[in-house]
Parts: sequence; structure tokens; C-alpha cells
Amino acid sequence: MSKHTLSVLVENKPGVLARIAALFSRRGFNIDSLAVGETEHAEVSRMTVVVDVEDLPLEQVTKQLNKLVEVLKVVELESGSAVQRQVMLIKVRADAATRSQVLEFVSMFRAKVVDVASDSLTIEATGTGEKLRALLEVLEPFGVRELVQSGLVAIGRGPRSITDRALRSA
Amino acid sequence: MSETRTATPTGLHPAPSPAQMAQQARAKAPVEVTGAQSLVLALEALEVDTVFGIPGGTILPAYDPLLDSVSVRHILVRHEQGAGHAAEGYAAATGRVGVCMATSGPGATNLVTPLADAYMDSVPIVAITGQVVSSAIGTDAFQEADIRGITMPITKHSYLVTDAADIPRVVAEAFHIAATGRPGPVLVDIPKDVLTSRTTFSWPPKIALPGYHPVTRPHGKQIREAARLIAAAERPVLYVGGGVIRARAAEELRRFVDLTHIPVVTTLMARGALPDSHPLHLGMPGMHGSVAAVTGLQKADLIVALGARFDDRVTGQLSTFAPEARVVHADIDPAEISKNRRADVPIVGDCKAVLTDLLDAVDADLEAGQGGDYTEWRERVAGWKETFPVGYTAPDDGTLSPQLVIERLGAIAGPDAVYCAGVGQHQMWAAQFVSYERPNSWLNSGGLGTMGYSVPAAMGAQVGEPERTVWAIDGDGCFQMTNQELATCVINNIPIKVAIINNSSLGMVRQWQTLFYNERYSNTDLHTSVGSRVPDFVKLADAYGCVGLRCERPEDVDDTIRQAMAVTDRPVVVDFVVHRDAMVWPMVPAGVSNDLIQVARDTAPQWDREESEAVEQPPVDTDDGYDDSEGA
Repeated sequence: MSKHTLSVLVENKPGVLARIAALFSRRGFNIDSLAVGETEHAEVSRMTVVVDVEDLPLEQVTKQLNKLVEVLKVVELESGSAVQRQVMLIKVRADAATRSQVLEFVSMFRAKVVDVASDSLTIEATGTGEKLRALLEVLEPFGVRELVQSGLVAIGRGPRSITDRALRSA
Repeated sequence: MSETRTATPTGLHPAPSPAQMAQQARAKAPVEVTGAQSLVLALEALEVDTVFGIPGGTILPAYDPLLDSVSVRHILVRHEQGAGHAAEGYAAATGRVGVCMATSGPGATNLVTPLADAYMDSVPIVAITGQVVSSAIGTDAFQEADIRGITMPITKHSYLVTDAADIPRVVAEAFHIAATGRPGPVLVDIPKDVLTSRTTFSWPPKIALPGYHPVTRPHGKQIREAARLIAAAERPVLYVGGGVIRARAAEELRRFVDLTHIPVVTTLMARGALPDSHPLHLGMPGMHGSVAAVTGLQKADLIVALGARFDDRVTGQLSTFAPEARVVHADIDPAEISKNRRADVPIVGDCKAVLTDLLDAVDADLEAGQGGDYTEWRERVAGWKETFPVGYTAPDDGTLSPQLVIERLGAIAGPDAVYCAGVGQHQMWAAQFVSYERPNSWLNSGGLGTMGYSVPAAMGAQVGEPERTVWAIDGDGCFQMTNQELATCVINNIPIKVAIINNSSLGMVRQWQTLFYNERYSNTDLHTSVGSRVPDFVKLADAYGCVGLRCERPEDVDDTIRQAMAVTDRPVVVDFVVHRDAMVWPMVPAGVSNDLIQVARDTAPQWDREESEAVEQPPVDTDDGYDDSEGA
């Protein structure tokens, strides 16, 4: 199995997310991560889906997605030619004795503290999945009380836009 | 207008009749109407002539203007499943979009089976359902079901209309999506308050489908590549699927076959795409296909698949299917190509356009003296066809063979009739023993395998094709699932003919029990002829006001069929009481290689060393090693 990142441009209409999520589950494909939001065009939403499949099933996923009437475009973003980011919020145990150590890691990973309490720190970190995993690893010994992460978002490098052409053909 | 009608909600706002409004609509003058009137006007503008349905609480507003419509005939069915299959039968026989209508909740969920059926067999239908009022959606209101959510996996597309102003556009889009590209079912769910609210209707609406662009013109480069493989092939076979019927490409197929002289197989969904009388027609491939068709594909060096999807019932064990063949796969749905079997030359396009372009390309090769020569191959397949015709052994106790009944039915009703089967043994025999000479003359539930399809689908076909004789060839099990539509047929003068192939059993399941479960007949005895007649189908027919006939002896078959053919003013039900142990042959057991085809029980064809000429057939024991894990 290998991870693939798909950018799916869809019409910004109710029910589209359910339709796409259901397609993945009924065709037996696992979603690793999913992020949805409006694009620069209010009528178009963009979903970034990370799936764990071989190449041939991936082709099926892409074709099945393209069959959905509300899907405008499906593009696979190769990790080398795309910027990929995830956001993670981590509430970690930190008292007077350990706080400075935690803060050191926060600055090493260019994360930031977004909330403080007497015995905890809430840290916001952005990056690739790999970087976030590394951060988590160093924070774990202090005691992670709560963790939440966003789906991965990705955008191709260079001046070209995948939305332009999708809308023009529409 | 009666007093009760002026008291209806729409009557409170006197409006011109839908027919008058349609006139105005054609003039593109926006008219002020209710959502319900807008729906009926849209159906009229789309030239819908028939809607099959049942009213109920939430769809009631739509039924009021429907009563005034001059051009839309609503046929009141007895079960929503019947409405759905009738819409399918109408669509499959005519090629036009079939329409069904139901209320929310159970009305809508009863449409689920026909929608799934239409999705599997690419039948263009539009289902219109009422929904509870917008403010009640999500509250578990009376007769509420999230039908759009429920049908998402089994529709080509589905809508929940939230604003009456959207009705003309949504209905137009629904018909467009259902009928174009790979056809399929579309659901339009409309809350009751949307149907009753005021809106304006104008036509034509602006269709907004930025993500829907079916590719119909094949790529020239792929066509040339396919022509190159066809010219280079020695053992080519055209594997023709239902897409050729849906694309109305039977004429193009015939021209292509007559030009190239390549042998053809037609799948269960494609029976009639090429006349069965054509000398290059090898019959049906698959689990119950002819030896020539199955073996032709197995030994081919090139398979040209046209609107077919390499279904498991055709390929058998996929890894051993046609091991030496390269594959040209043409389909309008890109997702079908290389889904099961990898295609060497994928062609995305409508079969009519593909065949037209391919014909030109191959013609050019032939002109240039570079065409393929398949003479030797044709002789081989002709040998198989002759040695292993699809046949049957009549029982020697004087009881009736189901195959004989179906064979005689096809011979007497002829190729102009429409034949509509249920699912099971009788379906396979109807595919094997009726000679189909034209497309759209054979309707059945192929992909989903829906028992109960036959009677309502035949009803829909008869409505769409009133001049033709329509025979429902049904089983005693299937018939009991949907026979209440006989009432609909009697009341609405829809004179279908039903041949019940009554073996008093769930016959195909029984056949599997005979072959794979040591003749332990668990729950397959229906008591419809052996020991008792529950129900008595002749009496049942009589109760409905149909003509009921019974035939139990081979010598009465022709007379009975002719008697049924002579009745044209009402439905006829014929109870053909047949021999119970008849089995469908040939057969490839589920999950094994198509090389293991059996022509009769424990009898596999024997081939000589070159595996080309068939030889005398001694019985062989191949009873072990079946994968019987799949359902019949």
C-alpha cells in the first residue's frame, strides 16, 4: 500500500461530502485524512483526500470520483511537487519544573503556544505529517492530555492553478 | 371542476391548466404556479407521456395538477416496486426515460430495489419522491426517510429540492443525466412545502452541470490502435454487452460484423444486439453460456469488448479468463475499463460512435489489403457451435420441459414480440431458447438479479410499445413477488401475457442444491404445482380479471400459446406446469475457470489434442472442487 494525496474540486453544495465519503467506503478504499474547504471561488470546494491504496485501485478511485456529477476535477498531488500541511493542537502537561523544557521543543519545531494554564500548555504546530509526528514524540514523555489534528491540505508548487482549468471547462 | 377539487390547496389559487401553461411555457413566458404545477409542467415540457406511481401524504400536491394534465398519463400501480420496474421496462423497451413517482418514507424505500436494478443495468429512469416538509426533515417525522442518502450508492445522481424555483432546472437535469453518457437512475426528492409554495415556471431552464461531461467520441489514436490489433489477430471475438443496446448501435454492430467476419458473443444484457440467426453469432457467454461462446472467449487471442463490463458471471474465475487474449475495451464509462480485466487498448466512447469509427478504420485496412484473415478460426468456432448447440433432454415421463415451452413461445410469438424475464432458471432458458433478432426485444434484470422484475417491467414495456406483443416469462417464485400489478394491467388495459414456468420451486436455488448441497432441498419448495397449488395461478388470474390458462402436457403447448396470443383485450396468465428437475445447462460452476464448462451434469466437452475439434463426449466425473460459496 502507498499513500496518495488527491485534490478533488467539487461543487459547493450540500451532500457532496457524504457522497464522496460514501464512495470511498463502499468501494473499499480507506481514507487516511480528509480536509474540506471553500476555494477562491465560492461555488467550488476543495477536498484533499489521502488514501492508502495501490496504483491500480487508485485509478479506480479517480475514475469513480470523476463519475460523480458534482465532482469537477480530480488531481493527484505528488509529494515532491506539492506543499503539504497539517495543523495539530496538543495539550501537554507542563508545570513550573517542566515548562521551560517543553517551550524549548516548541521553538525547535517552530510551533507556538496558544494557551497556558498552571499545569498545561496548548501548542499549535503546522507542518507535514512527519514533522508533527516527530514533535509528538518529544512531547509524549511530558504527558499528552489531549490531541486534535486537521486533515492534510496540499497545493501544487509553481504558478499553475488547478482550479482555473476546472472552471473554464465547466 | 368539482367542489372537492376547488377545496384543494392549489384550487385556492386558480391557475391555468398545466396543458395551457405548457403552451405558454413553450412560448417561454414565465407563469406563476405552485411547485407541484411547476413539476407537472416540466414533465410535460420534457414530453413525458407516462408516469407510474402511487400517491401518498407528501407527494399529494403533485398529484393534483397531474389530474389535469392532458399529455402525462399517470398509471396507478399497486406497489412502488412495480412503479420502478415498470419505468425500467418502459425505458428498456423504448430507449426513452422511464418515470416513477412515490411518496416519502415507505413509498420511497419501496423504490430502492428498482433503482438499484436500474443502476446495475444502466437503465434511464427518473424517480420523483415526496419528502416531509423542510422544517421536519431530520426530526424522524411521520413517513420520513432520507431517501437521497439511502439511494446515493444506487443512483447515478440524486437531488433534494429545497426551493420551488429550482424544480424546472432539477427535473431537466435529472432527465439529461439519466439519458446521457452511461444511462442510469436519477432520484428527485421534493419536500411537500416546496411543492405547495408559489414560484414561477419558465422553460427551458438553464442546466448547470459543470462536473458532468460524458465522453462520447472515441479517441482517433485508440481507434487506430484497436484496428491494428484487429488486423493482426488470428482468433478475435467481439464481446458485446448491454452498452450496444443502450447506445442504439445494433445496426452499426451488424455492419461491423459483416465487414470483418469476426465471431460475436452477446451477453445476457445484449441479447438481440446481433440477430441470433446471424451465422457468426456464437450465443451467450458466461456461467450458462453456450460452449461456443464460452470457449470462443477462452481461446481468443483478441477480445473486442463493446459496452460490456467483464462481469464475474461472464468471466468465471478472472485469473483464468481468456488467458491468451489481448483486450480492446470500449465503454462510455471510463471506470469500467480495466476495472476487472486490464485493457490493452482502452477506448472511452459511445458504442455507436466507436463502432462507426472502428468500421472506417478497419475498412481502410481492408482496402489497403491489410485486413485480418480469420477463416481458420471461424471454422473452429463454427465446429464448436455445431457440436455443442444449446439443447435439452425432454423427460420421458410425458411431463413438460420448461425449455420446450420457452422455445415454442419464442417461435410462435416471433422476433417482433418483447420478452421480459424474471430471475432464475426461466431467465436463463429464456435467454437461451428464444431467438432474438432485434435490440430491445429482451428485457431482464441482469446485474442485480431482481426476482419480481418481470410482470411490472412487462407492464411498462407494453405501455411504451402498445403495438407489440409483450410476454413476461416468469417463474413461480418471481411471479409471486410482484403479480399484484396484474390489477394495474387489467384496469388500465395493458394486455401483457405472462408465461409462468411453474416448477413449484425456487428453481435455480434448487438446481444448486441438487448440484452442490447433496440434494438437500432446504426451503425451495413453493407448493405451486407439486402436491398442491398454492396459489392456483389460473384462479388467481381469474380473480384479477385476466384470462387464466393452464398447460401440463407437451402436446398442448402450441395450442395454449396460440390461445393466449389470440387474447388482446386483457392480460393472460398461462400456468405452464413443468418438470421440476430440469436444470440449466451448460454451466460453469461459480468461481472456477470457464475452461471447466459442463454441457450437462458431470459432462465436460472433450477436445482433441490441438484443442480445436470436439470429439465424442464420454461422461466424466468432475463433481469435486466447486466453489459454491456464491449465491445462485
